[in-house]
Amino acid sequence: MNAATQDLRPDLALIARNVTPGARVLDIGCGDGALMAALRDRRQVDARGLEIDPANVAAAVARGLSVVQGDADTDLHYYGARSFDYAILSQTLQTTRRPDRVVEELLRIGAQAFVSFPNFAHWRGRMSLAFGGRMPVTRLLPDTWYDTLNIHHLTIDDFRALVKERGWSIDGQWFLNGDRETTHTNANLFAQHAVFLLRR
Amino acid sequence: MAPAPAPTAPHSDSRFGLGRQVRLDGPLRLDSGVALAPVDIAYETYGSLNADRSNAVLICHALTGDQYLASPHPLTGKPGWWWRMVGEGKPVDPARHFIVCANVLGSCMGSSGPASVDPVRDEPFAMRFPVITIGDMVRAQAMLLNHLGIERLSAVIGGSMGGMQALTWPTLYPDRVESAIVIASTARHSAQNIAFHEVGRQAIMADPRWRGGNYYGDNDVPSAGLAVARMAAHITYLSEAGLTEKFGRRLQARPDSPGGQKTFGFDADFQVESYLRHQGLSFVERFDANSYLYITRAMDYYDLAEDHEGSLARAFARTKARFCVVSFDTDWLYPTAESRVIVHALNASGAQASFVELSSPFGHDAFLLEAPELNRVVDGFLRAGER
Repeated sequence: MNAATQDLRPDLALIARNVTPGARVLDIGCGDGALMAALRDRRQVDARGLEIDPANVAAAVARGLSVVQGDADTDLHYYGARSFDYAILSQTLQTTRRPDRVVEELLRIGAQAFVSFPNFAHWRGRMSLAFGGRMPVTRLLPDTWYDTLNIHHLTIDDFRALVKERGWSIDGQWFLNGDRETTHTNANLFAQHAVFLLRR
Repeated sequence: MAPAPAPTAPHSDSRFGLGRQVRLDGPLRLDSGVALAPVDIAYETYGSLNADRSNAVLICHALTGDQYLASPHPLTGKPGWWWRMVGEGKPVDPARHFIVCANVLGSCMGSSGPASVDPVRDEPFAMRFPVITIGDMVRAQAMLLNHLGIERLSAVIGGSMGGMQALTWPTLYPDRVESAIVIASTARHSAQNIAFHEVGRQAIMADPRWRGGNYYGDNDVPSAGLAVARMAAHITYLSEAGLTEKFGRRLQARPDSPGGQKTFGFDADFQVESYLRHQGLSFVERFDANSYLYITRAMDYYDLAEDHEGSLARAFARTKARFCVVSFDTDWLYPTAESRVIVHALNASGAQASFVELSSPFGHDAFLLEAPELNRVVDGFLRAGER
């Protein structure tokens, strides 16, 4: 991992390393703008953001970023087709009401789309559900079932099935276990986190 | 018009400082078709223009605001209307910025308006003053900037009607504005906005002392009508929750009854009545009724998309300015939905836009009151353009 991205969350660092310098990027669910700021400062990216939480938006604007308060489920259709090189959706897919439609919108707005999400089929989660009989609460999924923002839990294989069904193309895929990249083999069992680069 | 040369030492230049007024030859071509000449503009400046003239910030005031942005008001003695935002160590800082605030066209604090003397008749214009628009206000400000030798604005900032001007600036002068901050505002006046203004105007015109606007001669002004207009408008600047918290149903204290009591008459029994009456009465001390008619009319005519074949996105097509749009969750005069209309148009035009809805109990007036989040957003947005 290089110095440019070492202070970022692992999935964001991974995305940052794979964005072409100078590109136009829309970060959907950009939080306080950590990824956008890194892309702007280190890769000369023209980054725009969409974020639902006003405190996060205020923090991002205070960093000098162009961030609009809005909802990925309802506000993406205001962006023009192919108006960005990349649309990025990190750790947000599982919080949307219609993840499939959100990804469709991403692929309309961006020439390519990065989608990252926690893998619900990681073995720890499976153990918790199979033997504990309880919904998993882990470092990556720290909330209990009743207060989590994640309303559409998915697995890596679920996502691959959706990609296949919709006829999207996978230009890249990366899997994370903690802070480290991990093997593609049995990713659905061993990866805590997945990052896909898609195109339509 | 070529800008006048910029001074190297603004403080020694009579164009700069507090309490300035200038008569510009014009003519100013108004949206109505009328050519206004001469054009008086009263304004204040704070701070110094830097060597490359890149630190100019224009602040636009609201309906009943004025140029006394951060200096005491000469009539009321109150601190400048945006002292929370402008001043040493504030987001807009005279140590860093060269700040200009001008009284809008049509107003009554020294800029041309209905109380100004019509040079043709040698008496106040009254209702013969031409009807003006928000665009006309912006063009008058541009004339002032030419006079001051300022070609480009680092930022134009305004709340409410000031936000309409800030939003209009980059559409009329796309090459003169680097960034615009539009707070608690709208791209068009809604039917409800127009309706409230019409109540105010009718209150003024129903006052027998209004006399078709010709009250300047004997100074017997329609203060009752103007006070009612202000009372009605003031309600729209506050939130229901804010009013409830501040006054509830509490009764006004009386000498014989500290907790207040119902008089079974029509005195100001309730605290909220007393408050509104005070608001109305203090307003007429500092504002001209005819100016209130003209400026509310300008706001009602405001529809930025109308000037661009009905497409708001097209209005922003030629500008490279960065935009920051801020709304408040309890503002029902220019609710968040109106700000979202602006933001969606900015997104569609590809402009660099930020938008945030901030939480405040104060309703529309929140931008003038204690709003630390607003200051944080404005500060960050401005600094981003300065690095």
